[in-house]
Amino acid sequence: MKEVLEVSDLWIKYYTLSGVVHAVSGASFQLGKGEMVAVVGESGSGKSTLGYALLNMVPKPGKIVRGQVLLDGVDILKLGPEELRRIRGSKVSMIFQDPFTTLDPLRKLGTQFEEFLIEHGVERAKARAMVKEFLVAVGLPERAMHSYPHQLSGGQKQRVSIAMAVALNPVVMVADEPTTALDVIVQRQIMDLIDDIRKRVGTSVVLITHDLALALERADTIMVMYGGYVMERADKKRLLANMIHPYTKALFESLPRMSQKRMPKFLPGYPPDLRNPPSGCIFHPRCAFAQEKCRSVAPVLNEIARNHFVACHLAGGEQ
Amino acid sequence: MKLEIVKSPYFLAGLTIISIFILMALLADVISPYSPVEGVGPPLQPPSPRYLVGTDNLGRDMLSRIIHGSRIMLTIVMIAVCLSGMVGTIIGLISGYVGGVLDRILSFVMDSIYAFPPLILAIALSVALGPSPLNAAIAIAVVYIPTYFRMVRGQVLSIKNELFIEMARALGIPSTRIVLRHILPHLTQTLMVVFSMNSADAILTEAALSFMGLTVQPPTPDWGFDLYKGRGFILAGAWWMLVFPGIMITLLALGFALISEGVSKSASRG
Repeated sequence: MKEVLEVSDLWIKYYTLSGVVHAVSGASFQLGKGEMVAVVGESGSGKSTLGYALLNMVPKPGKIVRGQVLLDGVDILKLGPEELRRIRGSKVSMIFQDPFTTLDPLRKLGTQFEEFLIEHGVERAKARAMVKEFLVAVGLPERAMHSYPHQLSGGQKQRVSIAMAVALNPVVMVADEPTTALDVIVQRQIMDLIDDIRKRVGTSVVLITHDLALALERADTIMVMYGGYVMERADKKRLLANMIHPYTKALFESLPRMSQKRMPKFLPGYPPDLRNPPSGCIFHPRCAFAQEKCRSVAPVLNEIARNHFVACHLAGGEQ
Repeated sequence: MKLEIVKSPYFLAGLTIISIFILMALLADVISPYSPVEGVGPPLQPPSPRYLVGTDNLGRDMLSRIIHGSRIMLTIVMIAVCLSGMVGTIIGLISGYVGGVLDRILSFVMDSIYAFPPLILAIALSVALGPSPLNAAIAIAVVYIPTYFRMVRGQVLSIKNELFIEMARALGIPSTRIVLRHILPHLTQTLMVVFSMNSADAILTEAALSFMGLTVQPPTPDWGFDLYKGRGFILAGAWWMLVFPGIMITLLALGFALISEGVSKSASRG
């Protein structure tokens, strides 16, 4: 399959007054057309920063220090401001966690939507027709274009965001916790909508979430991040059958399950301080299997089987 | 929200006062009983049925002078406030949105202006530019630019971190459009408050400049200059030459202050 998104060796740091935060350290992954990769990890694992990097929009004082983000073969980290503006929203788009504040409260939805289309070169008359078409496509009535954001519910607003995010057939859509602020029923509807668009239009999706169950249900590939590093990345089925990284295992064991009559296991300790990350493997202070080598040498992401990457010194020994 | 403002008694009172002054300026030729620049009676007449607020030392009718004086006052103040509002808002938007070194430079310049006592700076600028109504307006405008700048910049800094701005950026909306269509509209209410409050200040500053003879040349009627002239006849008992121009200045400033109070009260109520 042709890869539409190729991220390689991406390093992102935040230069704050209290020190340099190593937010993303050497992330790499590929995404094929119409695929969905779920980036999972706890808060502060760098997953949102990674998402912003896919639009080359890492917030200040963050900076992408190294790496490549190839979108349809073009390195978006090398584009100028105007070129970048043009691909944002048209080739790569983003939907955000909190649908309540993502739309301008003072302007009608239709006006905002049309403005966006016109800025990307759509003619006014056509833009108006497209607004209607896409609002209907995401399950809203046409008259929603005359509404102000406060007149819609959170789920409806998220639908508007999605409609805007897919209107120009982007190659990749980054969904940064798109359902976290919504209740489970709406969550299901929104995820169904994203799935539907993905299948119909062929937009690839990067789903950023800390909801493991959601990731397992929807994504093709799971990428586990911890402390800015990719710990393990594999096809969903393969990962479920054969988790290798101790962190991945711990993460999955912390999921409560109906079928088991035991408490979920929790991972002791705290996430690392990314201003001052531990030496060697970032996970070693919390790892039950840590060895001498883990304390001094950072493991690299190795392909231990087809499409199964693990960053652990113990990988292979445990299979 | 709009209805709220209109219902506010402060706003209504202020609006009434301002409207009366504007009407007075527009209809000055029609409603003044005499010419404002020619002697029409004996000098230093106290208020009487014939000369409602008395005559000045040259026998000119004070009422006519006061009515005509509103023209020059309103013109200078409106030019000054619009100019400083526009410049201050534009610089504030740019400084706040762009940030970085540019923001630091602009803020430094604006703070330097702000650090001067406004009246002294206005006088200095007026003198440097030469006495004329337009120059006075420019001097007043420069003095008040930082007021708008600081307010706008501060608001932009907080609005630009809102998620809908980030979303607009993620959708590839150009920066100028984000600033003009997504940030500026959120400033309207605050701008209205600052605009009217600032008008009240500007009136007092204009009066002070006129008092020093830095705006119009005699015999053009002007409240500030009439005050200055009246000062010399207070020992002669001609209190009307001072009191009436003073009341006009105060009332007009009060009108703008009331409007600003009404708008900000209804704004804070949400």
